[in-house]
Amino acid sequence: MRLDQLYQEIILDHYKHPHGRGLRDPFGGEAHHVNPTCGDEVTMRVAVDSAGVLSDISYDGQGCSISQASASVLHELLRGRRADEAARVHEAFAELMGGRGAVEPDEDLLGDGVAFAGVAKYPARVKCALLPWMAFKDAAARAGVAVTSPAA
Amino acid sequence: MSTAAIPQGMPQYEDKPRFDVEKVRADFPMLDREVNGHRMVYLDSGNTSQKPRQVLEVMQAHLERHNGNVSRSVHTVGTEATEAYEGARAKVARFINAPSVDEVVFSKNATESINLVAYSFSDRADDPRFRIGPGDEIVISEMEHHSNIVPWQLLCERTGAKLRWFSITDQGRLGLDKLEDLINERTKIVSYALVSNTLGTINPTSAITTRAKQVGALVMLDASQAVPHIPVDVQDLNVDFIAFTGHKMCGPTGVGVLWGRYELLNAMPPFLGGGSMIETVSMSGSTFAAPPARFEAGTPPIVEVVGLGAAVDYLSGIGMEAIAWHEKELTTYALDALLAVPGLRIFGPETPVGRGGTLSFALDGVHPHDVGQVLDSVGVEVRVGHHCARPVCARFGVPAMTRASFYLYTTTEEVDALVRGLDQVRKIFG
Repeated sequence: MRLDQLYQEIILDHYKHPHGRGLRDPFGGEAHHVNPTCGDEVTMRVAVDSAGVLSDISYDGQGCSISQASASVLHELLRGRRADEAARVHEAFAELMGGRGAVEPDEDLLGDGVAFAGVAKYPARVKCALLPWMAFKDAAARAGVAVTSPAA
Repeated sequence: MSTAAIPQGMPQYEDKPRFDVEKVRADFPMLDREVNGHRMVYLDSGNTSQKPRQVLEVMQAHLERHNGNVSRSVHTVGTEATEAYEGARAKVARFINAPSVDEVVFSKNATESINLVAYSFSDRADDPRFRIGPGDEIVISEMEHHSNIVPWQLLCERTGAKLRWFSITDQGRLGLDKLEDLINERTKIVSYALVSNTLGTINPTSAITTRAKQVGALVMLDASQAVPHIPVDVQDLNVDFIAFTGHKMCGPTGVGVLWGRYELLNAMPPFLGGGSMIETVSMSGSTFAAPPARFEAGTPPIVEVVGLGAAVDYLSGIGMEAIAWHEKELTTYALDALLAVPGLRIFGPETPVGRGGTLSFALDGVHPHDVGQVLDSVGVEVRVGHHCARPVCARFGVPAMTRASFYLYTTTEEVDALVRGLDQVRKIFG
């Protein structure tokens, strides 16, 4: 069934058992994003240490399995990375989601994020998957680090 | 067709008008299609209805044989187009029992119709009924679609008037207990949904119109979810304005209706300026046409209006009483079936009385997006999200809802398919 691609075990697992969920102090920047068409929302907090490492990424939100699992995956992937590395992952994830299912994901870079390859085939759900990532970008900017790649 | 809850052969129901649903379904080409390898079960008519062949044929024939601009041509096809356009206005007027055909204004959609009325109010209005400022109040309800919230919020921002709200009871009905306080001498207009797009509630009118008339307030109904589904008689409703849209009643998108009492329309300033809405234009200023032309600036959606006329013919041919009864039986069946689904909570009345065939619900622990996605995988098309009515979701403490909405072509078998689909959802997310 095509639905399997959308709800891979990995996504359902992150949804049912989210990693790193809950807003934590201290943090350098926070952003709250909503998806106006469906009411999903997520708050992201980013803490950056003196070495430019994303020392914590904490979040809370409510929404569908895709948006909430995506936040959990983001936390797993980006926490503890340098901002420039995070930017590369961010870019790869955004590219995957914008690829309409035609982009072959790089598992080394995206980890559990590859599970979202199936989501890219459902245009109505791409925004769900990107919601935490967009909030993260804003939160990081407010924390004083840019995760936007130079190309974007 | 049979329903579980209303016993067949009960004498009090035998005189209800009925129609052959399978025959009606054959009129709708879309209902034949498949979605994800399953026969499509379209349960999103509250969002937009499907269109019968009769409407599509009239629109195509108009464009192929009678296409010209309206109200400004002396030539034959222009005259034919004008006759078709004005003929549709007469059909719509009859359909809602408007006293005069000139009380029917065509707009882009119900949203524009409501905005038209909202923009008639200002602190400089000539007519005191449309003059508004600090100290004045507007009353809407918590169960409104955003289209009947935001225009009034904007009006309040422009003028300093205060927006007040009818509450919603736990059963999903309009809270009328503070009616006298809510609608008072400061109230300029009361605007609310005749039928709720999320809860399905059919709201009362007489208590509200009586109170509004007592204090000299106008009453507007958002009838977008009413006109397609139940008989609507503007004289019987005794209100001042109603707004509705074509695409939810078997017509095309791009056309809406504002009905207003002529005397009020005539007291209202123009909304959009342009061609067709003027009397004379000179470099020093312009004067404006009488309603409805005053509110129809520019070339209108001609073929869409003609299509709406055909939709009115189609619905009238079946009969609004029969359509309302069909949906009532279906709703009875669906409420029974859905309430038997473990972990399912209905938002809105749980009895098929004073409600239409729009059922919003939550499935314990599963987000509506996921419910909608799984249902779509088995061909069941429902709406998920906040349904452009966030205050309703907030009232019931949920971020979003899943909504199944029925129409004249919906069958009990389709309700069964929905329930089977929900079993599937519970398996995946259970």
